[in-house]
Amino acid sequence: MSTLGFCDLTISYDGDSAVSSFNNLVNSGEWLCLIGPNGAGKSSVLRAVAGLVKYSGSVAIDQNEIPATSAKWRAQNIAYVPQTPLIPEDMTVYEYVLLGRNPHIKHFASETKQDVDVIEKVMTRLDLTRFAHRMVGTLSGGERQRLVIARALAQEAPVLLLDEPTAALDIGHQQQALELVDVLRRERGLTVVSAMHDLTLAGLYADRLVLMHQGVCVASGSAQSVLRSETLAEFYGVSARVHHEPDGTVVVIPQRSTSN
Amino acid sequence: MLRANDNFVPRAGTRVAYSTLVSFALLTIAVLVGTMIGPAGPQWWRVPIELINRLPLISVDSGVSDADWNIVMQIRMPRVVLAVLVGAMLSVAGASYQGVFRNPLVDPYLLGVAAGAGLGATLVFTLRRSATENWLIDPLPLAAFAGGLIAVFATYMIGSAFSKARSTATLVLAGIAVTSLTTAVQTFVLQRNNDVVRQVYSWILGRLSSATWGDVRLVLPYVVFSCGILLMHRRLLDVLRVGDDEATALGVNIRRVRLTVVLAATLGTAAAVAVSGLIGFVGIIVPHTVRLIVGSSYRRVLPLSILCGAIFLVLADIPSRVLADPAETPIGVVTAFFGAPFFLILLRVRKNQV
Repeated sequence: MSTLGFCDLTISYDGDSAVSSFNNLVNSGEWLCLIGPNGAGKSSVLRAVAGLVKYSGSVAIDQNEIPATSAKWRAQNIAYVPQTPLIPEDMTVYEYVLLGRNPHIKHFASETKQDVDVIEKVMTRLDLTRFAHRMVGTLSGGERQRLVIARALAQEAPVLLLDEPTAALDIGHQQQALELVDVLRRERGLTVVSAMHDLTLAGLYADRLVLMHQGVCVASGSAQSVLRSETLAEFYGVSARVHHEPDGTVVVIPQRSTSN
Repeated sequence: MLRANDNFVPRAGTRVAYSTLVSFALLTIAVLVGTMIGPAGPQWWRVPIELINRLPLISVDSGVSDADWNIVMQIRMPRVVLAVLVGAMLSVAGASYQGVFRNPLVDPYLLGVAAGAGLGATLVFTLRRSATENWLIDPLPLAAFAGGLIAVFATYMIGSAFSKARSTATLVLAGIAVTSLTTAVQTFVLQRNNDVVRQVYSWILGRLSSATWGDVRLVLPYVVFSCGILLMHRRLLDVLRVGDDEATALGVNIRRVRLTVVLAATLGTAAAVAVSGLIGFVGIIVPHTVRLIVGSSYRRVLPLSILCGAIFLVLADIPSRVLADPAETPIGVVTAFFGAPFFLILLRVRKNQV
């Protein structure tokens, strides 16, 4: 059970406001997706939850205010997949996934049998076992993305933050990665907050979308209510048609301004 | 259900065990050779025979006189043991600095730690060593520690102030600036204290040649303490490799870890500098060679750096005795002779990764 609450969250970098008065409540087991143009403040919201930026207002997991928690507690409760992970090329895949167990290993101790078991399960799950002894630097973009997700899952944290988890992936791997997150969310009751650019995929997987623009939440709700062509035109400056499939899927189709 | 997968358990294990074993064997050989060679004393082949003779229950006639044996035990032995301690310390400190600064090009020398420690030690020399002889704790390593600490923090502050991305080159350049400034201050201090110039210069060029058991006793506790602290952090140094943000998100209190590791590495380096003078490049050659053999994980790099650093310095000390026989070639000259080209190759090969 991990409910994530935002109250009046405001973040500014050197006086420039990045997020202002962000409010939301993400229930345990829910998938919330932040959408919005570049620089809208999506990553900043995620970084605030991960305890990586200073902010005013409140961000709390089950009433535990983030700044009052230790780095270790946060790592046990929140797994964060950054937009551009820093991957040390000459580390093996096994060593990299093992880093995810850090919050569960005592400061100066080594990993236990239990930690190795968790890693083995996660790596099997993400089809990484055969790469275990490969250098991380030799992996393809898609394999790296799976690797970073594997590290996050090895944390066994109830809250999962994903910043552009599918940005580097082709359409097949995008689907695979998001399906996997969704399956795990249902299995383990994970609370997921993601930032995504692909609106159709966002609507397909998330329970709820939050549209941000210049640091402010301008629309929130189901894909049907948020993904409307007027809204997209206003905040993305995009000319797009929104198509509703019979099964409820919302498809966003960009339009060319001039037709030849 | 998942089946146990034989392929899965880290394979590096056997290679590490093998490397450790080979390192121990090499260290033993290096120490033995180190005690066999020298300008005065018994013929080299008599030393191992006499060593066997000294074992309990065995008696072999080695033909080594007591006076010759004294040369081995009181002059060569402390020198070899000191080389073991200093080499181990400088390498493990180098590997640790590379880890906390996420920069493959730093070592105690290039960060200015050695120069800062040198300045601290010089100041103690100007206070006349005889005055401090009866102190309970010798102030030399402590002054060196203070100097080294100030230097490493200055380097770090300048390095991060001038480049937000903390590029590898900026940190090295900052280290050069701090080293130059420190050396300038040291020269100034020496000019005003002509009486200690000779003493300080012979010390700067590497003092392994005049090592005594007293030096070993002086540096031993610092080296053991510092190596212990650094080894305890070896797993955390691996976590730091993914960068400050991600390491924080993985539950590491990076400020505390970085501070502890820098303090421990600097304390050990300062103590080593206090007894041996400035010996460069050990902290860069050894850890990178170790990485080539057992991979880049600090869990293996740190312990093996200790062993290989000891081997390297004991071996480097041998040419320093025989090259210009009977005069001494300073050991710092020998390590720089190998280290400088190695550093250039490293610059070309490794670019920005640790």
